[in-house]
Amino acid sequence: MERRCPYAPPAEYDRIRAENPVSQVELPTGKRAWVLTRHEDVRAMLADPRFSSDRANPQFPALVDNTRMREAFKPSLISMDPPEHGPARRAVVGEFTVRRMEALRPRIQEIVDQAIDDLLAAEEPADLVTHLSLPVPSLVICELLGVPYADHEFFQQHSGRLLSRETTPEDRRHAVDQLTGYLDKLIVEKEAAPTDDLLGRQIVKQREDNNVDHEALVSLAFLLLIAGHETTANMISLGVVALLEHPEQLKLLRDDPGLTLSAVEELLRYFTIAELATTRLATEDVEIGGVLIKAGEGVIGLSNSANHDPAAYERPDELDIARGARNHVAFGFGAHQCLGQNLARMELQIVFDTLFRRVPSLRIARPVDELDYKRNSTVYGLHSLPVAWT
Amino acid sequence: MRITTDVDRCVGAGQCVLTEPAVFDQNEADGTVVLLTDEVGGEAAERVREATHICPAQALSISD
Ligand code: SF4
Repeated sequence: MERRCPYAPPAEYDRIRAENPVSQVELPTGKRAWVLTRHEDVRAMLADPRFSSDRANPQFPALVDNTRMREAFKPSLISMDPPEHGPARRAVVGEFTVRRMEALRPRIQEIVDQAIDDLLAAEEPADLVTHLSLPVPSLVICELLGVPYADHEFFQQHSGRLLSRETTPEDRRHAVDQLTGYLDKLIVEKEAAPTDDLLGRQIVKQREDNNVDHEALVSLAFLLLIAGHETTANMISLGVVALLEHPEQLKLLRDDPGLTLSAVEELLRYFTIAELATTRLATEDVEIGGVLIKAGEGVIGLSNSANHDPAAYERPDELDIARGARNHVAFGFGAHQCLGQNLARMELQIVFDTLFRRVPSLRIARPVDELDYKRNSTVYGLHSLPVAWT
Repeated sequence: MRITTDVDRCVGAGQCVLTEPAVFDQNEADGTVVLLTDEVGGEAAERVREATHICPAQALSISD
């Protein structure tokens, strides 16, 4: 469903939520699935282990035909269920603790300052996406994982293709093969001489635990590289647009930089750019919101609708950076909640703080409704964002 | 107010640490929650209450 305007979720969500909050839809693949639209129901479903994330299960309510993709590699964290998921997640989540992310702050600040220098050196109007939104998360995830940033064009191109719903199954498979091949080679090199980065440390850890698994490492690297790129990049671009379009909110932020973290939560809620990541398969009969969902049925926890549920947020379609929206489900909920969430929070916080402080005259160089929105991508966002400042 | 954690459920999302860093920390090795104290009162208790609600794994509980 298309978003009503670049910001608000489709109007249908409000209607469905009010009339038939747990209802069935037909997916593009012809399968049927339940759609949950209420905040409470989405949270209940995502926290319930009777709903499976196993994307390799043929009954899983996939939105695109990804049979060819499934053949390509081992299930990664997002597709695992208990008992495999817990230990696999724990093996890596120590790399993403709040304290570990804080330690990265000075380096992220440097990367952001450098990107803004580049932006200001460019000719106006300049594209914020290529100068800031993409390079910041891309550099950060590359350094964290230990992937050479010099190759960024290669994986940015393939990950973009992977996330677009317009990509054919063949092209999607090709993008997966290219990326997997690249990471496979990189990890082989690291196995020969482990480097001091996330992937190197995982190799050492696997050996200590007597649990060497090259394939698992390739799929982990794949997941983190893709997830670390597009999501944060799109939130940077959309966040900048939203704040520039709400000058009274931007002024609040400028007057009190202590509000930035709360603004980040609100922007995450407001846009909920990965609204369909929260899809599951019932493994038992479960009642959700008064409706019986049977074993073998697919369920989409529509996080964008949940995050605009008036029962959970007053005036949900208004941007209110001071509202304290910490209980949003933009990062999902339950055991699979986004692993990189605290990295994303910090990147967004530093970018918004620094950008509006250093470039107070920033403006969008094109009418907002004519911007190039990603209307057909798994992750909502902007292809480009022309800005000016003089 | 007393706090208890269920480390087996914890998925290391760190939401509790973000909400009340004086009470919650994370284990460096596997990211799981570590309690810095198990008794809180006053304003901190409010934030701990919020953390129990936000925790994605329902790994935190409180009792009076
Ligand atoms: S918020 Fe919950 S899951 Fe996350 S670290 Fe704290 S206890 Fe663990």
